[in-house]
Amino acid sequence: MNAAFRISGAGRLSQAKTASFSFDDKPYVGIEGDTLASALLANGVHLVGRSFKYHRPRGFLSAGAEEPNALVQIVRDDARKTPNVRATVQELYDGLTANSQNRWPSLAFDVGAVNDIASPMFSAGFYYKTFMWPKWAWKDLYEPKIRATAGLGVSPEKPDPDHYASRYAHCEVLVLGGGAAGIAAALAAAETGVRVILADEQAEFGGSLRFESGARIDGQDGYAWAQAAIAKLKGMDNARVLSRTTAFGYYAQNFVGLVERVSDHLKNPGHELARERLWQVRANRVVLATGAIERHMVFANNDRPGVMLASAARTYLNHYGVAVGRNVGVYTANDSAYAAAIDLKKAGVNIAAIVDLRDNPSGAVIDEARGLGIEINFGRAVVSAGGKLRVSSMTVQPKNGGGQRTIPVDAILMSAGWTPSVHLFSQSRGKVAFNDETKRFVPGTYAQDCVSVGACNGTDGLDATIDEAYAAGAKAAKEAGGKIGKGSKPKVDAGEIWSRGMLGAAPGAGPGTTVKAFVDFQNDVTAKDIRQAVHEGMHSIEHVKRFTTNGMATDQGKTSNMHGLAIAAEELGKPIPQVGLTTFRAPYTPVTFGSIVGHARGALFDPTRRTAIHPWAARQGAVFEDVGNWKRAWYFPKAGEDMHAAVNRECVTVRKVGGLFDASTLGKIEVVGPDAAKFMELLYTNPWEKLETGRCRYGIMLREDGFIYDDGVVGRLAPDRFHVTTTTGGAPRVMNHMEDYLQTEFPHLNVWLTSITEQWAVIAVQGPKSRDIIAPLVEGIDMSDEAMPHMSVREGKICGVPTRLFRMSFTGERGFEVNVPADYGEAVWEALWAEGQKHGATAYGTETMHVLRAEKGYIIVGQDTDGTVTPNDAGLDWAVGKKKTDFVGIRGLTRPDLVAKGRKQLVGLKTKDPKVVLEEGAQIVADPKQPIPMKMIGHVTSSYWSENCGRSIALALVAGGRDRMGETLYVPMPNGTIEVEVTGMVFVDEKGERLNG
Amino acid sequence: MLLIRCPYCEEERPELEFRNAGEAHIARPTNIAAESDDDFEKFFFIRANPKGVIYERWRHIHGCARFFNAVRDTVTDKFVMTYKAGEPKPAKLPGASK
Repeated sequence: MNAAFRISGAGRLSQAKTASFSFDDKPYVGIEGDTLASALLANGVHLVGRSFKYHRPRGFLSAGAEEPNALVQIVRDDARKTPNVRATVQELYDGLTANSQNRWPSLAFDVGAVNDIASPMFSAGFYYKTFMWPKWAWKDLYEPKIRATAGLGVSPEKPDPDHYASRYAHCEVLVLGGGAAGIAAALAAAETGVRVILADEQAEFGGSLRFESGARIDGQDGYAWAQAAIAKLKGMDNARVLSRTTAFGYYAQNFVGLVERVSDHLKNPGHELARERLWQVRANRVVLATGAIERHMVFANNDRPGVMLASAARTYLNHYGVAVGRNVGVYTANDSAYAAAIDLKKAGVNIAAIVDLRDNPSGAVIDEARGLGIEINFGRAVVSAGGKLRVSSMTVQPKNGGGQRTIPVDAILMSAGWTPSVHLFSQSRGKVAFNDETKRFVPGTYAQDCVSVGACNGTDGLDATIDEAYAAGAKAAKEAGGKIGKGSKPKVDAGEIWSRGMLGAAPGAGPGTTVKAFVDFQNDVTAKDIRQAVHEGMHSIEHVKRFTTNGMATDQGKTSNMHGLAIAAEELGKPIPQVGLTTFRAPYTPVTFGSIVGHARGALFDPTRRTAIHPWAARQGAVFEDVGNWKRAWYFPKAGEDMHAAVNRECVTVRKVGGLFDASTLGKIEVVGPDAAKFMELLYTNPWEKLETGRCRYGIMLREDGFIYDDGVVGRLAPDRFHVTTTTGGAPRVMNHMEDYLQTEFPHLNVWLTSITEQWAVIAVQGPKSRDIIAPLVEGIDMSDEAMPHMSVREGKICGVPTRLFRMSFTGERGFEVNVPADYGEAVWEALWAEGQKHGATAYGTETMHVLRAEKGYIIVGQDTDGTVTPNDAGLDWAVGKKKTDFVGIRGLTRPDLVAKGRKQLVGLKTKDPKVVLEEGAQIVADPKQPIPMKMIGHVTSSYWSENCGRSIALALVAGGRDRMGETLYVPMPNGTIEVEVTGMVFVDEKGERLNG
Repeated sequence: MLLIRCPYCEEERPELEFRNAGEAHIARPTNIAAESDDDFEKFFFIRANPKGVIYERWRHIHGCARFFNAVRDTVTDKFVMTYKAGEPKPAKLPGASK
């Protein structure tokens, strides 16, 4: 059975295919192809929402993306509750559940509507004026209250379970807008053989052909022609046709963002389909065919449910077969509303009267309306709409004043004219120009390789539109390399021309009136608010916009901007172009975060790097920490151990016996070539020319300003080959730094740089038993102290695979770092682990590594240094080649500030109470009794419990630190001040004997 | 997203493949250790930061990895031209009439 307002024989939907849905828990039946709006209207429902500020009852203004009023919440389940969905865009599916928003306890009786009665309080700038004092109240009182009562819809309680696809596309011609103009342009371009993408936000192509009953192209109905043309385009290999796809942003060099709604219209999308797909399209040429949007009339109570755009009523009738009322009034300032009245009248709907603001217009549509017996009133205005939850009447008055007449109606169709959609053109940084004759902004100066065609270009009439669009499509394709097309231009047999209209407030809502004549429905901005803003000193349209919030809602002022501008201009006494248009910004319509994020969430948010030994550590129950993108084993707890116990055991075992540590994340760069040593001399502070093959050196890298940039042990494998290690986090920037100097400052050096971080797995074996653990597995390397002293490197084999075996130590114990090709990393680790087990060695993680190096005063760049620390500050002057005449940073080191006295220097700290472990980052003062704010003389950079020392240890940067040895300093903390003694940086084995122990 | 022409790859590639590396044509002094404080300040710290045409270094870091030079308009964000590292500052810019 048909719904009450569905007219049989009208529209294009098959009435046989029904779809059940609910709105505010009430069941309804619509038909497939409906939008939620058309389905509700078919059931006679106009009241669908409450306005944002005044909580006024609202219905449908439009039948498209420009809708400011009919925002609903679509609920699929707990995790899928999409708020602020425009009911005019949401396609109906069987089982759809929608709820109204911003009302309590119900849509018909909303307590918040008291705001409407109290509206004199809430005029323009209310927030700016009211919530200024007292200062504390904003954060604690006003903001929480406002946030609780404002906002539309509710958020889902669970994470979004849907997935969002993303892809890039390239084409010669991108056509945005799939109405008559866009289709014609796409046909012309595609016929030349170039790649064409045509996108339209609607489910079906055709644009205004959906409602223009008078259009005939190539001998068929306009809409039918559009479908045939789309079918033709879909059949072409070089054309891609995207429906339900909104171009939301136009960026530099013809880079356009599109969002395709893939499954929001489906009953059971399943999990295979993405919910939305982001298209990032790079086009050689862009054709903008974005059409025009009808404006409403600005009169008192023009927001009552049932008051809507004439073209919307026509769309509901001609496409969906729905009458928006049974006794309809029309209020217009141009011809196009007549066509709506005529179509409705022919469908059996009574037209109570047409009220036309113009004095004596003439034309075919007016004659036809009169011929159908419709009452027409020229030179008159609708000064008020009656009714509350639904319009019940319109009050008509001669526009210059006089007797009023109230006409009962159940809907009012209005048209103040058409606003070209220049949003995307403006986003492309094109400059709009005001056409004074037609009172509209149209594309003026282009900034990119694009062209506007049809209604968005201010071109009137179907014939002219197709002419222009077809030529522009062919031209764009030709410029992008297309051949001469073989097709022919579509022939327009009949079409409509929409004439001009009016801008600003209609009679009865003009200066001096305080009626609620809405300009911006979504933000509840009235004509009075805009005039008030001007009176209060907002003379720039950008200020008027921000003060009133006109055009700042999610509808981006699609219906309101021009009216607001005209009212401001009138009040300012300036012509419109002098007042200027506000800037159009992306997105054209709201875009979900999901579509922007795409797959980049959860585990895919950022790449995860795992070492070759990671699986072994995971099997051992290691706890991992994130270091950059790496997962590093933090510590290896045994049953019953907490982190503290595990780290203490690991630290003691390494010094007593030995330990295995996965150092694979260490950055590694191979510096190779005849000038490799010369290059190293320039990039590091140390001397390298005389370093023997097979020996290693601790190197420091500076920036040109003299501050420490990175450090690491470097091994010389051959006269022309260095194996350089960097910090884990510093590897990419060190590589970039080296490449920069090699390519641009020292291009005369014959050197190659290769990142080998991921090629070599690194197993540090440290402790007194380290040589005993490794030696049984090594072939071809004499590991005796004489043959392989501390800080040497040998190449040979371990477990039968090639190794670069370093003798080096980051623990202060005898130590080795076994480099093996990453593919063998886990196997070699397993073999070493088996050997280690024989001696009682432990696996240790990054926490133990940190403690052990701190016990020896070895710094970590980025922890104990912060980009303002020189080698001297860090006590590393010995690593700066005194005889060198050049290296990066040599001049920076002699800058006055870098050699001044009193610089912060790295020292050790011992708490007076050995059990107290300082907090890293804690500030240090000399006198704890001084008044606040105290003078801070440094901060703690590293701090640990050292089980080997039986006490806490710390490193700190302290002003003039090395002159303060033995001094007592203070670390003020929330729970009291901690006394510390300044010491040297080495807490274990000061003489370094254990390196050979 | 901008398209940038890599003078080594000889094609336009998306901005994501590149990284800016600061102002171009600032040569490191050959005897840098002997520079006065003033000269070192000019070399290391002072940059033109113009409104309009800027000469700057870019690296095609996720492509060929080469550093090159570019002329860009900081107002329109448009790349006027790109050229290889080591090539002189172009005397005349394409399309420049003013």
